[in-house]
Amino acid sequence: MTAIELAAAVRSGHRSAVDVLEEHLARIDEREAEVHAFMTVTADSARASARRIDERVAAGDDPGPLAGVPLALKDNMCTRGVPTTCSSRILEGWRPPYDATVVERAVAAGAVIVGKTNLDEFAMGSSTENSAFGPTRNPHCLDRVPGGSSGGSAAAVAAGFAPLALGSDTGGSIRQPAALCGVVGVKPTYGRVSRYGLVAFASSLDQIGPFASTVADAAVLLEAIAGHDPLDSTSIQEPAPRLLDVLHQGVEGLRIGIIDELASAADPDVAARVTAAADALSAAGAKVDRATVPAAVYGLTAYYLIAPAEASSNLARYDGVRYGLRVDGADTTEMMRRTRSAGFGDEVKARIMLGTYALSAGYYDAFYGKAQRVRTLVRRDFAAAYEHFDVLLCATSPSVAFRLGEKADPLAMYRCDVCTIPTSLAGDAAVSVPFGTGADDLPVGVQVLAPALGEPVMFRVAAALEGAAS
Amino acid sequence: MISRRDVAEVAALARLDLTDAEIDHFTEHLVKVLEHAADIEQLDLDDVPPTSHPLPLVNVMRDDVVGSTVDRDEVLAAAPDVDEHRFRVPPILGDEP
Repeated sequence: MTAIELAAAVRSGHRSAVDVLEEHLARIDEREAEVHAFMTVTADSARASARRIDERVAAGDDPGPLAGVPLALKDNMCTRGVPTTCSSRILEGWRPPYDATVVERAVAAGAVIVGKTNLDEFAMGSSTENSAFGPTRNPHCLDRVPGGSSGGSAAAVAAGFAPLALGSDTGGSIRQPAALCGVVGVKPTYGRVSRYGLVAFASSLDQIGPFASTVADAAVLLEAIAGHDPLDSTSIQEPAPRLLDVLHQGVEGLRIGIIDELASAADPDVAARVTAAADALSAAGAKVDRATVPAAVYGLTAYYLIAPAEASSNLARYDGVRYGLRVDGADTTEMMRRTRSAGFGDEVKARIMLGTYALSAGYYDAFYGKAQRVRTLVRRDFAAAYEHFDVLLCATSPSVAFRLGEKADPLAMYRCDVCTIPTSLAGDAAVSVPFGTGADDLPVGVQVLAPALGEPVMFRVAAALEGAAS
Repeated sequence: MISRRDVAEVAALARLDLTDAEIDHFTEHLVKVLEHAADIEQLDLDDVPPTSHPLPLVNVMRDDVVGSTVDRDEVLAAAPDVDEHRFRVPPILGDEP
């Protein structure tokens, strides 16, 4: 059953939220040991939440559009009193004193939080192998990665542990794992969803978004969490978009562009699915043509200077003073050095140093400054493309899920994000929709890109693709 | 290109202790990333303004009203060391000369 069907069954009293929850907890019991999607499973508090939902239904209340739907949260979203680790030793055991806005909103809509999911430490990675607590495995094939950094959330939905999950996407961390796990993953327009309570990685890029098995389920979750939040100064004023209402409007007459510059980035099996998606949309009445976003080819470089620069600043707060790990030292500076050296993993250290270097005197203009100018070019090129097209199309991941340990070279891992990064730099919206399979019968995701606030048209196209894929 | 000495220097700035082997490892890692960054070095972007953020952010003012805050004791309970409702840290200054 989809999340929408489950919520309808719970709201109408046909199924109890407790029953729905137990069914999902049983699936977790069955396969979690081999998948390792979760950092924490909150079975007890979930049971209490589900009972409250059932009591409200019995009393004639409507618990909301997500009534009784189990929801998994990436473990970089603050949950009051529940460990929030970012899959890092430096936050091991930390229990936040408040809930992230997305958590409050999802719970207010009736969702039942079943647990916190594994990620690449501080969301830095594309395979979930950088977790300090061991990797997550792809439920479709256990010797493959689920993608990252929100690999735990993607795997949780793919394995049926929860119909819905939330992830965060900085350069592709929702879309790429969604593609590799064969589920829907949405990176909303920057500012659509509050970042309050999301542990910061790169603040000008981070955005929370949904994972789901269907486009409609992703839409209902995004509707629940989107909209202005006074607690996040970068949250935009626009109300949550109405998506479910437009899903079935079709693509007749829409102008859809296939991004030329990213076409050669994908492996042939993946590229063939992008072509098939374009053909399906064309058959459904869309006008499909080639589109050009010339600066997209520089996206990877710009991102791997900008994101580490912002991370080096954001991660300065882990100093052993207020929360998390402390390793004692003779003085405060020594305590901080020892704490950070013991608490951060290698990829996090590498990015902190890269960012510190890119921002340092003498290199600022050459690296960070230059990357910011490239970001302007990327934004301009997307804006120009959207003068001719309603949405753009490209692969999500250049390949199907790869094997654990396969990408030891940092550049090889970074290239996983080559198709997802450009639109992140622009701050626009994008979604990955499962569209058949590629090599070794593994899932392939096709990415639909839309301009800022273009979620309604983007979801229409996603729904059309979903219809054509099934 | 970034050298071992540069890496040791940024590690110190970022409050990270590295062993010699780690300096080698991270130097190799950063060299690879920065070599890849050479593709934007040749671009002439003097006339292109930088973008630091996707939104045109401006400072906003609001009325100064009393609201709820997170509970002090709950915050302090998460700290590694506290003393009389304050965060406690090791000495921040050396001994007097």
